[in-house]
Amino acid sequence: MEMKEKMPITPTTPVPSPSAAISAEAHEEGPSVADDLDVVPEPAFAIDVSHHANIDEAAAHELDAGKEPKMSADKVSVFYGDKQALKDISIKIYDDRVTAFIGPSGCGKSTFLRCLNRMNDTIPSARVTGRIELDNQDITSSAMDVVQLRARVGMVFQKPNPFPKSIFENVAYGPRIHGLASSKSELEGIVESSLKRAGLWDEVKDRLPESGTALSGGQQQRLCIARAIAVDPEVILMDEPCSALDPIATAKIEELIHELRGRYAIAIVTHNMQQAARVSQRTAFFHLGELVEYGKTSAIFTNPRKQRTQDYITGRYG
Amino acid sequence: MRKRVRRRYASERWFRGFGLAAVAISVLFLAFLLYAMASKGIGGFSHYEARLPIDFARSDLFLDPATLHGPDAAQTVAGADLEGVISKAAAAAYGASAARMFGDAAATRLGEAIVANPDVLKGQGMFWLPVSSQVDIAAKGESDTASEQLVNALQQKQALKRTFNGRFLTASDSTDSSSVGVWGALKGTFFTILVTMALAFPIGVLAAVYLEEFAPRNRWTDMIEVSINNLAAVPSIIFGLLGLAVFLNTMYLPRSAPLVGGMTLALMTMPVIVIAGRNAIKTVPPSIRDAALGVGASKMQVTFHHVLPLALPGILTGTIIGMARALGETAPLLMIGMRAFVAAPPGGIADPATVLPVQIFLWSDEVDRGFVEKTSAAIIVLLLFMLVMNGLAIYLRNRFERRW
Repeated sequence: MEMKEKMPITPTTPVPSPSAAISAEAHEEGPSVADDLDVVPEPAFAIDVSHHANIDEAAAHELDAGKEPKMSADKVSVFYGDKQALKDISIKIYDDRVTAFIGPSGCGKSTFLRCLNRMNDTIPSARVTGRIELDNQDITSSAMDVVQLRARVGMVFQKPNPFPKSIFENVAYGPRIHGLASSKSELEGIVESSLKRAGLWDEVKDRLPESGTALSGGQQQRLCIARAIAVDPEVILMDEPCSALDPIATAKIEELIHELRGRYAIAIVTHNMQQAARVSQRTAFFHLGELVEYGKTSAIFTNPRKQRTQDYITGRYG
Repeated sequence: MRKRVRRRYASERWFRGFGLAAVAISVLFLAFLLYAMASKGIGGFSHYEARLPIDFARSDLFLDPATLHGPDAAQTVAGADLEGVISKAAAAAYGASAARMFGDAAATRLGEAIVANPDVLKGQGMFWLPVSSQVDIAAKGESDTASEQLVNALQQKQALKRTFNGRFLTASDSTDSSSVGVWGALKGTFFTILVTMALAFPIGVLAAVYLEEFAPRNRWTDMIEVSINNLAAVPSIIFGLLGLAVFLNTMYLPRSAPLVGGMTLALMTMPVIVIAGRNAIKTVPPSIRDAALGVGASKMQVTFHHVLPLALPGILTGTIIGMARALGETAPLLMIGMRAFVAAPPGGIADPATVLPVQIFLWSDEVDRGFVEKTSAAIIVLLLFMLVMNGLAIYLRNRFERRW
């Protein structure tokens, strides 16, 4: 991982304008979530900044105090052979929130995401230390059944990867192997509701027997999201879900993330800082395998406490 | 600058020229091979028959038409001296030099005719019988002065005709070239390939799946990989020796049987299938595995629901290439006794049998000139067999091929 310096002389303004971050924040149903009460539309942004400016690193985690985290990582380190890819990451992920992981390429954000449903198990040289909990249950222990874990913590990948089977089969595969449907009509119901929730039903309802790979890139990615929610997970992990998509398809996925937020805890890795500002309520900035800063998205983008975060979001490197 | 560009174009033209020449030469060789085989072998599928009037009343044949009903009829007829009857009748019809113009095949044909209709024995009959290989060769235009005169005489009397040699496809090996056929060898080949397929395909595919998907990467698996790659390059006769030592001398399995031949060829084919299978499995994109793991499929479900179906076209292609190689293999089968003279087609995998390539090898060694075209004809049958198998491979590959 190396830093690339971009235009070191000209001072750049933060990429997402403060108002953009605010408007993203405005998507939250403010009153219902206690700790977001301090976010008031428009001019309040100045207050917001001054308010958070005094909060130290530890306090950032206190933001959600009193609320049970859905998943929590405690001092998680990942090694690929002798190389340490992640250093003592501690982070909490909550229901009803979108948590964005940002950072330059190779900073370990995808690696961390893959720890959360133990997809790193498939890499023989990878070794994970530390403790990761899902509903206060340690998922790194050998007692945790990895197949069940992945049914509870679904994943959407960077490149749309539908199975080379029919659209119906793509969505039905998960419920079928987990035995979630006892009859064909029940299975059809699950497929329909999953596709509806993924906002794809109207586009594909007449072509369910066609191959999933025949869809456009954005439709394929929504099909993958439908496939993930078909097994009724509690957490959805998204690894740069829009990096292979055009802006219109991206907008649809982001809209979808907003709609899904009420049902699932969502963690999303993204390269695109505007996207993090638009879709997330919490942002974690990773750099060189360390968690540099974690806090409310509005705070990270408007008033980062660490110089490295400031440099990254203003486009000095990355 | 301009000179450089021109030089680059010139070198490209040269390269294309060489490539074209290489293709032209290989096409030429192929055309020559096909022409040589077709021109020699096509004759093997037809033979000459001569008309022969036989007066059974005047022959020394002691056969009572009344006894020639029922299942024992064929045996009774086979025991009679039909050769003698034919020889006498031929001498009477076409002169003393024609006494030996018919071979074993003629007697067999006559016997069949008698069994079919025993009443011919009561009087005179007119039969079309296949001539001996010597006369056949002469009639097909390859010089043999003594026979040529006879052929001319027969042709003047319009007592000679060329017909399709059905016997070549339905009979087995024989000492007489006019009555040989490939059926026995074809059947032996079929049984042998069946055994090879039944053993090599499942074992090879499972080994490939295990090595590629489940096995840890360590010294042991590296060693196994190197061994398998080396096994694929071992000369086939070594496998024949192995089969001889293990299957015949240690396990006492039947000699010359398709069972042992198939097992030996399976040993030879397995490394090819493992290598092809591993390559096919490797080409399945990891994103498909991730996708299946991501919805909570177990390792085995990932492998059998997604990876294997996607790798199947590649595995099948590799398997059929391996099978085609096994189909054309001679050396290892010589070692386990499949070069024996087998006159009856095998009834099962434990019966003595021979296979097409070995049959070709045996016929090519015969002194009788009639075997020359039979050898070529058998080669054509073998190539057609292979063509069918390769066609099947292409069909299966296209059938199962999917995009991702």
